[in-house]
Amino acid sequence: MAEKLVHLIVTRQDTPDSTPYKEEFKIPYRIGMNVISALMEIQRTPVNAQGQKTKPVIWESNCLEEVCGACSMVINGKPRQACSALIDKLEQPIRIEPMTTFPVQRDLTIDRSRMFDALKRVKAWIPIDGTHNLGPGPRMPEVDRQWAYELSKCMTCGVCLEACPNVNDKSPFIGPFAISQVRLFNEHPTGKMNKAERLETLMDEGGISYCGNSQNCVMSCPKGIPLTTSIAHMNKETTKQALKSFFFS
Amino acid sequence: MANKKSFALHKLHTLLGLFPIGLFVVFHLTANFQATKGPEAFNSAVQMIEHAPFLLFLEFGLIYLPILFHAIYGLYLAFQGKPNNSQFKYYRNQMYLLQRVTGVITLIFVAWHVWQTRIQKAFGAEVNFDMMADILSNPFMIVFYAVGILSAVFHLSNGIWSFLVHWGITVGPRSQRFASIFSMIVFVALSYVGLRAMFAFV
Ligand code: SF4
Ligand code: FES
Repeated sequence: MAEKLVHLIVTRQDTPDSTPYKEEFKIPYRIGMNVISALMEIQRTPVNAQGQKTKPVIWESNCLEEVCGACSMVINGKPRQACSALIDKLEQPIRIEPMTTFPVQRDLTIDRSRMFDALKRVKAWIPIDGTHNLGPGPRMPEVDRQWAYELSKCMTCGVCLEACPNVNDKSPFIGPFAISQVRLFNEHPTGKMNKAERLETLMDEGGISYCGNSQNCVMSCPKGIPLTTSIAHMNKETTKQALKSFFFS
Repeated sequence: MANKKSFALHKLHTLLGLFPIGLFVVFHLTANFQATKGPEAFNSAVQMIEHAPFLLFLEFGLIYLPILFHAIYGLYLAFQGKPNNSQFKYYRNQMYLLQRVTGVITLIFVAWHVWQTRIQKAFGAEVNFDMMADILSNPFMIVFYAVGILSAVFHLSNGIWSFLVHWGITVGPRSQRFASIFSMIVFVALSYVGLRAMFAFV
């Protein structure tokens, strides 16, 4: 009896500097399979479509429920999470590639350090340390909490950077997500106290003005974060901040 | 680290695109429209402009220098992008690419147009209806001018949309969608004015 097979074409790379190549796999189908479980199948039986033994495909994943952002890869041309990419909903052969906006380490594993550097740069945190107990912070209005919660869903997955034509090796742009995080932390009642500092970082080289308004980010974000609204809002805030520091300080 | 230079240059780039360059384009196309009323009407419009006080100063300050900056900085920005339109076919992404393509076409067109008219004037030629009718007697030039005018008008109309986002005026999706529609209406209207005026010379 002919077994139902899943046809995968994986773009592989052995070392960070070696040339990528494609390898095809035909693996047995199981109900409810997603791209991660397909890759696990290759890991168990590392044999390619030609029947040759090969190195198992390397990838990264953690939560398996689309909240950690580790398993982002380009599946059938679109950057997304492998753990929520159901085989039944994908056209075959399924093309799986690493997100090449980031340095590829091996196969589908990429190095997203630049995103963490960007978060550090824009000071995406709330400083609360003091030498004594500072007491509870101010409360946040419920209406603001609701939209701010949406922004806080960002999992640093990198999809918005991969989709953005202005994030590439010719441009220093830090990417859409970091701008949205500034909006999030600047809205927080305690975070607000360092608002100006964060806005200043957005005005530095590679900051908000490098956005070219292609709006691919908002169309691609798996968490549905209103990135372009955040960007336009921060455009307004940085403009105000620039005028303020030019005229008043 | 604290280097706000490119932030300021980006802002200047978007600002100049509208004021004065955008205003100038609208003014220019409207003045050309006089040609639809016959050569005399057009020639008197040209006369009126040429008699404006401080003309040379206005030309440099409000037209040549802003355009030069907008063009050079725009080229630098355009080539920093890596278009990915075959992968992401969304409307705004297509506009992103078109904005850059029409920018480059407009630059080529404007350079040629300035050479054919303003620079010839500096060499002693007279700018009038006959000059344009002469230029447009060449069918290739008709196509070149039509493409140039449409590119410039598109770049301006879509540029209004980007300007509104860059300055944080249209923030939410609703206002941005409204601005999209508005910018396309501007595109259609200005294209009509521009092309109608051009065909008056043919
Ligand atoms: S904003 Fe969305 S696409 Fe970008 S990193 Fe965060 S979750 Fe991923
Ligand atoms: S494994 Fe965490 S998002 Fe896919």
